[in-house]
Amino acid sequence: MAGNWHLTRKREALRARARIIQEIRGFFIDGGYLEVETPLRIPAPAPESHIDPVGADGWFLHTSPEICMKRLMAAGYDRIFQICHCWRTGERGRMHVPEFTMLEWYRAHADYSALMAECEELVCSVAGKSGFGAKLAFRGRNIDLAPPWERITVRDAFDAFGGMTMEQALEEDLFDEVMVERIEPELGRERPTFIYDYPASRGALARLKEGEPAIAERFELYIAGVELANAFSELTNPAEQRVRFERESALRESLGHPPIPLPGKFLEELSAMPPAAGIALGVDRLVMILLDVTTIDQVVAFTPEEL
Amino acid sequence: MYTVADLKKGLKVTLDGDPYIVTAFEFSKPGKGQALYRTKLKNMITGVTLDRTYRSGETFEPASLEERRMQYLYKEDTHYTFMDNQTFEQVQMSEDAVGDAKNFLIDNLEVDILIFGEKAIGVTLPNFVNLRVVQTDPWVKGDTSGSDSKPATLETGYVLRVPPFIEEGEMIVVDTRTGEYSTRVKG
Repeated sequence: MAGNWHLTRKREALRARARIIQEIRGFFIDGGYLEVETPLRIPAPAPESHIDPVGADGWFLHTSPEICMKRLMAAGYDRIFQICHCWRTGERGRMHVPEFTMLEWYRAHADYSALMAECEELVCSVAGKSGFGAKLAFRGRNIDLAPPWERITVRDAFDAFGGMTMEQALEEDLFDEVMVERIEPELGRERPTFIYDYPASRGALARLKEGEPAIAERFELYIAGVELANAFSELTNPAEQRVRFERESALRESLGHPPIPLPGKFLEELSAMPPAAGIALGVDRLVMILLDVTTIDQVVAFTPEEL
Repeated sequence: MYTVADLKKGLKVTLDGDPYIVTAFEFSKPGKGQALYRTKLKNMITGVTLDRTYRSGETFEPASLEERRMQYLYKEDTHYTFMDNQTFEQVQMSEDAVGDAKNFLIDNLEVDILIFGEKAIGVTLPNFVNLRVVQTDPWVKGDTSGSDSKPATLETGYVLRVPPFIEEGEMIVVDTRTGEYSTRVKG
């Protein structure tokens, strides 16, 4: 019997993918980071209003390695990274598979602006060493990776592209719609864009900006309208974190999501965590961007439908 | 009732009382935000396209559409009349609603008529229709211009390119999906 043609023709993409992951790993090892592996199945993921974990024998498959990696930070591991699979129920589309590959890294005594610079270095290094160079063609656009990349606040992005202010969008419960329909397509058009300083309600695990409690120190990285990474200056105050988790849990329940328990040990140990910044980057999407392909299906060996 | 999970290209739904067909669909989720379902919806009566974004939990009324096999009878002013051969019921459609199908409608042709409520809103033709060429210039022997096709007018008034050897009065097969010449009618 002949082999599976759909799999055979992914050979080039899967080779490139492996190379990219190898270069990511090299970048962090050279930068003095420790590679860690945390359990994929955990008793309590961080409750987030719009992320639904997959249940696994009474526990959950993690939606990101955040909880365990922060416990490592609290125990004195001050530069760590992980490349692992994560699961999120119901997320399927051109840019989504419910089981995807995440790169997550944490750095003590740094804030989100330090991570922006590190993101620039990482993507440039990986693109260069994997043979893609500093100029990409993606979705019909020419993207120049040479730093510094564009930086724009969420507030300015709403003013420039949203047709309404950030406050109006929040008040009218249109924040996500305006973001998806009007703002995202404008981000990262000629070079990558960091959009930063989100409303406090949009960063359940992020530190609030000093002197500006309505704003969370959070950024997202976009290339040609595609969201690639999300980062915070991490919240390290356990009392505040508990209040935020309870608020997220209540919101989850009001939206009809099944309840999930609070991560107790994480909350206990959080006070020992140094000031730090952390970031999650979608590896499948980075591969998509470098290879200039249109669906995530083209860069993973198997989609759920192919199993 | 459909939910956002049923959304896909080709799904037919009712919106503000009109039938719409989903022509494009994309799942998206802005960072840490809620799942959004972006769609393009084409009004099946007016042809106007809308962009709409839906959230999880929203529902849609299916469009109550029915397809019926009917025979084309005649055209009067700007209206086309079709008849159901079983019930002898007749429906009329405007020239706009018939659209490009008018180029291939000949008397007694069997077609599928799309009905929304009581209203006929679309025609699906057979993929191939035989039509008579009513005008085309004769093929000049020894023509050295090298042209491999020439214009021909069909009995419906439709003009298309045909091979040089097709003569006036001949029947040809036309592919209604592309509007192009397919073959000569053998016989």
